[in-house]
Formats: sequence, structure tokens, C-alpha cells
Amino acid sequence: MLKRNNVFALDVCQTNRKMAKEQKWELRLYIAGQTPKSILALQNISRYCKEHLAGKYSIEVIDLLKNPQLAEGDQIFAIPTLVRKFPKPLRKIIGDLSNEERVLVGLNVRPLTK
Amino acid sequence: MNVEKKNSFSKTPTGITGLDEITDGGFPKGRPVLICGSAGCGKTLFAMQFLVKGITEFNEPGVFMSFEESSNDLSQNVKSLGFDLEKLKAENKLRVDHVHIERSEIEETGEYDLEGLFIRLNHAIDVIGAKRVVLDTIESLFAGMSDMALLRSEIRRLFQWLREKGVSAIITGEKGEKSLTRHGLEEYVSDCVILLDFRVIDQLATRRLRIVKYRGSTHGTNEYPFLIDESGISVIPVTSLKLDYKSSAEIISTGLSGLDELFTGGGIFRGCSTLITGNAGTAKTILATYFAMSSCRRKEPVLYLSFEESPDQLVRNMLAIGLNLKPQIKSKLLYLHASRPSLQGLEMHLLELHKLLAKHKPRTVIVDPISSLITIGSSSEVRGMLIRLMDTLKTSQINDLFTSLTHLRESEYNDATMDAVSSLADTWINVRNEEKDQERVRSLLIVKSRGMGHSNNQQDFIITNKGILFRNAEKK
Repeated sequence: MLKRNNVFALDVCQTNRKMAKEQKWELRLYIAGQTPKSILALQNISRYCKEHLAGKYSIEVIDLLKNPQLAEGDQIFAIPTLVRKFPKPLRKIIGDLSNEERVLVGLNVRPLTK
Repeated sequence: MNVEKKNSFSKTPTGITGLDEITDGGFPKGRPVLICGSAGCGKTLFAMQFLVKGITEFNEPGVFMSFEESSNDLSQNVKSLGFDLEKLKAENKLRVDHVHIERSEIEETGEYDLEGLFIRLNHAIDVIGAKRVVLDTIESLFAGMSDMALLRSEIRRLFQWLREKGVSAIITGEKGEKSLTRHGLEEYVSDCVILLDFRVIDQLATRRLRIVKYRGSTHGTNEYPFLIDESGISVIPVTSLKLDYKSSAEIISTGLSGLDELFTGGGIFRGCSTLITGNAGTAKTILATYFAMSSCRRKEPVLYLSFEESPDQLVRNMLAIGLNLKPQIKSKLLYLHASRPSLQGLEMHLLELHKLLAKHKPRTVIVDPISSLITIGSSSEVRGMLIRLMDTLKTSQINDLFTSLTHLRESEYNDATMDAVSSLADTWINVRNEEKDQERVRSLLIVKSRGMGHSNNQQDFIITNKGILFRNAEKK
């Protein structure tokens, strides 16, 4: 009995580690043309991702000037808006993403430290 | 368009009954209008009617940007007013965009603007070629965001943008404690501001509308009652701005030859109003019925509003004195409409009357008795309503007759409402009962008759099973 329990526990542990390894951050950045705020936001998020989420992320940039019909789906009203599609739940970070700490908390990369 | 005066700007009809009249043509074309009021006063419906009527009556597609209700909820809610949003959406005439801001899933970091909202609105407008836009209620943004200064400047930019886009827009705002709107939207939308109000007085609710401001246009300044019913919103202009109705010189009969003879013209003028006052049981209703019958004989439809008797009861009672109303009802010359005065507010009564007028197109209207209406409103309200009513009737050259119950003890000359009615009425007949030599003597007296000589004598009459018979005809 004891043995079986141990094996079971190990299994769970391995799955967890596996999941953490495979966890991907699926991000979407909504911009409207090449405005300074939009460029800054893209630079910021690219940098944070490279530093903290290397190899575990994807960023899709959507320019609403080209695809205005996409704004309604993700309930976009502010520009720029970064949407975390995955991991769930959905989160939105609006602004030029200049506050690294807040972005990382928002992306669920770093737990809230206080 | 080319007939238009140089200094007046073009307007867009609102599609709300009565509002175009007050605003002298509608809302300013291509400019935003602010509609404010407390919760539940009908802002959303108001805006929705503007859009829907714009589509159905003026072929102007519209965009409804909702910050509160979802698209489905909106469709459900306005269904009761006969607006089929889904159909209009399918026809690509209407777009509803629900801007849903979930505070809990949003984080703010660094600078941003509301360009996303602009793009959404712009896209919606362009896709269907919208001419009308509604933003309901943009103030919800204030709850969803923390940067107030940014929000204000963006909202200012949005209104400017709407002007440049050239769409006629309605922006709704929740009433604030000290200002018209909670977040001072009136600062940004300065062309036209309309305030809606919902009051309950003596357990009767009344909705009112006031144009606070309309830059560059004449407009009515009063508070106008409005109603929301199954056909949408209608506004009733309280008093028409002019006193310029035409007067007819044609003489019509009162229905009683004995009464006609008391006037030097042999009857009363067409399109004038007649008031019959008297205590209980002085045959006011009978006189009114005679008047109705005379109109029927001329083949002119009659609308008889009874506030005390049901149609059946009236028919039965009149039959007892030899007046048979049934054939006239059957031939649709006489329409009896009975309702309880306390059933609804004064405005509702007035609107109902307006609708009946439009439906039956009567040439004669009888209100029996008008004094019952006094029980449901303050004196000034009733007076206002009566003025409106008489105005409407006179403008369309409809003969009207009102009966009014006066009380035994007080003189019939001292009631404020009576004063108002009697001064508006062109002809005033007072009926009374007196006890003389152990007998009740009925008599009537013409108190006044504008523009017409009349007998100064009290005229005695009796009521038999063949109707009213005048006595002492030789007195004349």
C-alpha cells in the first residue's frame, strides 16, 4: 500500500513539473498604428518576455488601424492593451507597460511580493 | 436644403412624437446631444427610439454603443415598444456594440489612450454608413478606469471626433447631485442638453422633459410631460406656443331647439368650447348627450369620454329619456370611451385622448365630467391639461363640450380650476335645481357666449321620457 502511494505521489509531482515546463504564455498586443506609446509597449513586452519567459511565450501584435473589426472580440477600448490569453484567466494590461513589476504580476510571471 | 436660411443650421428629426415640435425641427444635425436624468427615467429608450425611428422613418442607419446593457438585453428590453433590433441588425441598418469593461481583469501601467474605442466606433459607423450614433452611458467608463484626467480629455476628444465625423449623436448621462451629469459631461456637449425627469406626485408617476439648452435654436422652455407606452415615447407640448387658431362663423345646433333659440344666432359657433356646470342631478349629461346627438345628425363623428358612467350604463340611462344612442354607436358616428380618472396620471389621459382623436377623427368631443379629473391632480396641473386639451381641439376645429360638477354649498364661481375652464370656454351654461312651491324646478342659464347675443333669462325645463322640454317659452 505504502509503495503504491509513493508511486502515485511521484507521478503527480512529475506531471506538475512537466506542466510548468510546457506552460506557454499566449499574449496579444493591440496597437493602433506606430504611435510612440505602441512602439514603447512592444519594446517593453518583448524585453520582459526575453528576460523572464524565454522560449515560453508568443506575442501576436494586432494593429487595429488595419483590422478594426478585431477590437470588439477582446473588448478593447484602450490603446495599447496587452491581453494575456493564456494562462487563464484572461487578463488585460493597458498602457505602455513601462512598469515592469506590475506587468510581470499581471502576466502571472511573478507572484505579488509585498 | 437650399431654402434654408443662411444662419440657421440643419436639423435632424428625432422620430419622437412631439419633440420635433418643441425643438423646432429636431436635434442639430451632425452634432452630439446630451440627454441626462436619474436612473429609470427613460434615457436608454429615448436614445433607442432616436436610432430606430431614424432607420425606419428617415433611412438613417445607426450605431448603438452600449456601456451598460448587453446587446441581447437591449433587444429584449425594447421589444415591448415594438422595436425589432435583431431584424434591423440583420438588415445592416443597426449595429449594437456592447463595450464591457471588467475592472477586475484590467491592470493599468503607463500611458494609454482610448483610441480602441474610437476605432470600434469608427468601424461600426463605416460598415453600415451610420448617420446616427448613441453612446449609452459613457460615464460608465469612469467606474472602469482610474485615470480621471486622461478620461476627461479623451471624452472631450471623442465628442470633437463625433462632430468631425458628422454624425448626429445622443450621449446619455446619469444625473449628478449638483450638476446635470455625475461627471460633468455637459461641459463637453454644449450644443443641446435635454433633461429627463421622473416624479411621483400623489402616487401618480409623471415623466417630464426639459430642454436645458439648445444653442442657436429656438425651443420651448417649459417642462413637457412625456409618456412611454407600447408605441414608444411621446412628448406632449404643454401649451402650443401660439394663439392663432382660426375661428369659424358657422353655427351649429346644440341638439335642443329650445336651447338653440336662446342664442341670437340660433346655435353656437363651430369649433368652440362649451362648458356646462351644475350640481349633481341637474341634467348635465343629458345636455351633453343632446349635443352629441346633434353632431351625429350632421354625420360628424363624436368622441364621448365618460369618466363616471360605463358606456352601457350611459346608453341605458339615455334610453330612459328617449335618446337612443345604439344606432349611432353602431354606425360608428358615436364612440363612447369610459375610463376611471384615477386609473392613470393626467398626462396619460391627455395622451389617450390624443390617440383617440387620431384614431376616430371626431368633429365633436365631449368630456363628462371634467371635474373628475380635478381629483387626480393639483389645480395647476389640471388647468394646464385643460388648456392643452382645448388648444388641441380648437386648432383642429373640433367642437368640444365639457360638463363640470359644482358643489351645493360653494358658489360655482369660486373654484380655481373652474375659473380656468370657464375663462377658456366660449359658451358657458349653468344648470340648476331649485325647490319652489314643493316642486323641483330645473332651469338653465347662459352665463356667457362669446361673440353671440344670448338670452339673459333663466330658462325652466323638465325632463320627460321623451327628453328635455322647455317651459315658459313665452318668457324669451
